[in-house]
Order: sequence, then C-alpha cells, then structure tokens
Amino acid sequence: MSTDLDALYQEIILDHYKNPHHKGLRDPFEAEVHHVNPTCGDEVTLRVHLVDSADGAVVEDVSYDSVGCSISQASASVLTDLVIGKPVDEAMTIHQTFLELMQGKGQVEPDEDVLEDGIAFAGVAKFPARVKCALLSWMAWKDATSQAQTQGETA
Amino acid sequence: MEGLLPDLDVIRKDFPILERTLAGGVPLVYLDSANTSQKPQVVIDTMVDHLERHNANIARAMHQLGAEATEAYEGARDQVAAFLNAPSRNEVVFTKNATEALNLLARTIELAPGDNVVITEMEHHSNIVSWQLACERAGAELRWFGLTDDGRLDLGNADQLVDENTKVVAFTWVSNMLGTINPVTDLCARAKAVGAWSVIDASQAAPQLPVDVQAVDCDFLVFTGHKVCGPTGIGVLWGREALLNELPPFHGGGEMIETVTMARSTYAKAPHRFEAGTPPIVEAVGLGAAVDYLGHVGLEAIHRHEQAITAYALEGLQSVPGLTVLGPLDAAERGGAISFELDGVHPHDIAQVLDSRGVAVRAGHHCAKPAHARYGVQSSTRMSSYLYTTPAEIDALVEGLHHTRSYFKVG
Repeated sequence: MSTDLDALYQEIILDHYKNPHHKGLRDPFEAEVHHVNPTCGDEVTLRVHLVDSADGAVVEDVSYDSVGCSISQASASVLTDLVIGKPVDEAMTIHQTFLELMQGKGQVEPDEDVLEDGIAFAGVAKFPARVKCALLSWMAWKDATSQAQTQGETA
Repeated sequence: MEGLLPDLDVIRKDFPILERTLAGGVPLVYLDSANTSQKPQVVIDTMVDHLERHNANIARAMHQLGAEATEAYEGARDQVAAFLNAPSRNEVVFTKNATEALNLLARTIELAPGDNVVITEMEHHSNIVSWQLACERAGAELRWFGLTDDGRLDLGNADQLVDENTKVVAFTWVSNMLGTINPVTDLCARAKAVGAWSVIDASQAAPQLPVDVQAVDCDFLVFTGHKVCGPTGIGVLWGREALLNELPPFHGGGEMIETVTMARSTYAKAPHRFEAGTPPIVEAVGLGAAVDYLGHVGLEAIHRHEQAITAYALEGLQSVPGLTVLGPLDAAERGGAISFELDGVHPHDIAQVLDSRGVAVRAGHHCAKPAHARYGVQSSTRMSSYLYTTPAEIDALVEGLHHTRSYFKVG
C-alpha cells in the first residue's frame, strides 16, 4: 500500500508542491479563465499570454493563482514548465500526451522526452479520484489558450 | 469508556462490511458515516428476502404477491411513522432522498413577491439551492441566519430575520460540516409565532438522535434512508397531514390521482398525492428494517455512544500539532461529524494517506461551501462516527494524522 502511495506522491510532485514554478498572476495576458473542481472545491485562475512568431503563435507566459491539493498544485507548476516558450501547436500536443497518460488507468507508459517532470504523474492515473486534480490546470490552460487564439483571429 | 454501547462487539458483527480488509491487507476503519452509513445484515437480508419471495408492484396488482409487496411497503411507512413518533402514517411520504423531499417542498409551497424564506449559513447545498430557486421563481426574498465564530447559529438578529412576511423557516437539525446541534424546538416556535412553516433537515440528526416530530412541533421534516443504515434511493418527507393536503401535487402520474379524464384530474390525499409512479419499493422495505434496527438498539443509547466517541475524537484530534477543529469543541453540543484542518496538508492529501492505512474519511467542502467560506476555509477533512465506531478506530485516525504530517514533512 505504501508503494502505491509513494507512486502517487513522487518526490518530484512534492518538490513542485512546496516550490511551485511560475506561480502568481502576471501581465500581459490575452485570456484569463477560472476553473473549479466542483467535487472538492479546488480552484485555479490562469492567464495565457501568446505572441506571434514566424512559426505561428508561441506561449510566451502562463501565470496562475490556485488553491488545492499537492497533486493539483504540482501539476500546474509542471504544466507551466512544459508549455512556456513552446509553439502553441507543440504545447497542445504535450497537453494531449498528458491527458492520455492521466486517462490511461495506469496502463500508459509515459514519454519522458515529451513530459519531462510530468512523468511523475503516471502514478496518479491509478487513483481515479485524483485524475481530476492533476487535470485541473491543464484544462484551464487549454481553455484559456483557445480563447486567446479566438481573440487573436477576431482582433 | 463511559457512554459506549454495551454490546459494541455484537453491534459490529451486525455489519458484515466492517470485517473486510483493503489493499495491502489493512482492516477497514470506516469514519465516513455522515456521508453514508454501513448496512446491518438485517437490512440486507430483508431486501434480499423481499426480492426473492415477495416482489411485485404495489397497490395495483390483484394477486398474492402484489398484496404481499403492498403490505411490506405500507408496513415500512408504519415503521417510519413510529421512528418519528408521527401522529399519523399518512404523514410519511417516501421520496428518492432528502434532497428530493426538500425540493418537493420548495416547489409546492406557494411563495409570492414580498414573502421571505429564512435559512441558515450552515445548510447543506440541498437546503440552500432549492430555496434559492423557489425565491427566484416567485420573486421572494431569501434570508439566512449567520454563524458565530464558535460554529453556532447567530440568533442575535432573529427577530428581524423572521418577520410577518416569512413563509418558511428551513434549517438543519445537526450540521453536516460543523457538527453543531441546533435549537430546533426554539426555531420552530419562532416560525410558528409569525405564522411561517418550519422545515427541518434531519439528514444528520435522524441517524444519531431521537427524532420526535410532536415534541419538536415542526411542520415538515426530511431525512434520507442511507444515513440511517438503510439503502440509497429512499428518503422521507414528514409533514402535518393538513398541510400536506393543502399543497399542490409535485410530480404527476399514476398513484397520485383520484380520477383522470383527458381534460382534468383530481388528486389523492397524502401520502399518495406525492408518490407518483412506481415507488422505490424494496428500498422502502429496507428502510423500514433499518429504522426498526435503530429502534431496537435505542436512539438514546446511540446518541450517548456518539457523544462518547466524539469527545474521545475531539481530544485525540487536538493532540495533533497544527490541527484545527471547525465547530463547537464541546461534544455535548455536537453530532458525530468532526471537520478539521491540518496546517500545511490539503484535505485531499490527508484523505489519501489515511486511505492507504484503511482509514476512510471525507475531504472537500461536504456540500456546505457557504459554511466553509464563513470560516475562510476552502475545504476540510471530515471524520464521522456511528454506532459501530470504536475508540480504537479513533486511535487509528489520530496515528494516521501524525503519519500524514511526517509523510508531507510538516513541522
């Protein structure tokens, strides 16, 4: 049992929880979203700042303010490490890879080249009640990024 | 320990699930009874027997099984009436759960602009949202009693809140988050004094206190089956017979009518007025067995047991550094649900570590977000005991919490 628990609470996750990266809300941003996990009340407010480049839109910054458990907090921290500085298309692919890992019921082998510290969440997939915790900020990021892109098109 | 049920070992044997072990072979320590209670063998057997031998639809089947099923279902109504000390069996309406019972009232009690409904800040969402919806529909005003810093109802402005325009005063008997036992008799008298109807949510009270609707002198009272050792899918609305018959129907359908023509229908009297369609028959039968079981053990004895366990738990919890209990600290003034915060560890993480040791608690807002907001708390961890809870299980919780602190390297 404690091995399962240790698989869930990897040292990497606890490190990100204690010292979250990129935390706090920053300007500028094109979209801000507020997502809630209605079953537990965990919340995240997340902003996305995109800039144009020759290769299309790039994620210049992701900033957030959140309250929640170690899994949801660490997941937000890892998310920002993975997507900041990446073209939006590549960031969306990383999002998809993380989503598949989380929904894989513990059967998906995580790809460290793509997910880096995100592979630490492989153990979370075995705890169905916690998958939503891990996905809270990721869903918020996708939502905010889509909104920012739509705005960019209409502007 | 004084106050514990004398035959606690025997009681525990009535609940087969308490024998099971969890992943890693650890024994179950079930401290989530305010969420749902475990089921004694007699409830399980009664339901199996009904399905194996007496199953038929009720009140319309002209055969022996139909008669047996009807007798079992209506027998459950008698058992619930006795459990509540109701003056008449016609006052017991079976619903899906307490939430449906509250929504039934909020949907059928007529409100008008200028009327107000008074609730409290410690209600379960079901006793908040249903009245919010009703007030929005009618253009009525929703008011509420605030809470004191020590987790009680703030009755300081009661005379202003409950006035001549108040139509309903709806409140919980025992808070599912703070554990507070509210002065329900006083609140009912206050409602009556201005001509308003009182509605008691007894979902947390019915499992652990003697509930006597005549002594409390309320107008309506609801509770759910699955927290009183019965199955899910069955709840109870009790109301004064004359008032129930004043209310318009809730759901239209079979069983709730007197006669139907294509142009119009007339309606049956309570309780059938509010039991449209085939009801949850075997669930009602199981609930009847459950309240009979509680009656045999004795609600006074169960209450004493809960208070003894709660006092022991309050003492144990406060030995954990960084732990803050939400709600009253005197076991005599509270029910068996204790919510708490632990500095530096989120409730989800606490619940997860405890679960790995077999200890089942609830983490989150417990469907009482406003009460959490009142105390500046986003979510909490809640342990809740019942008649089968032992002091050793409380010890396991407290040890688990010490372990949780070291696991997350707090302090």
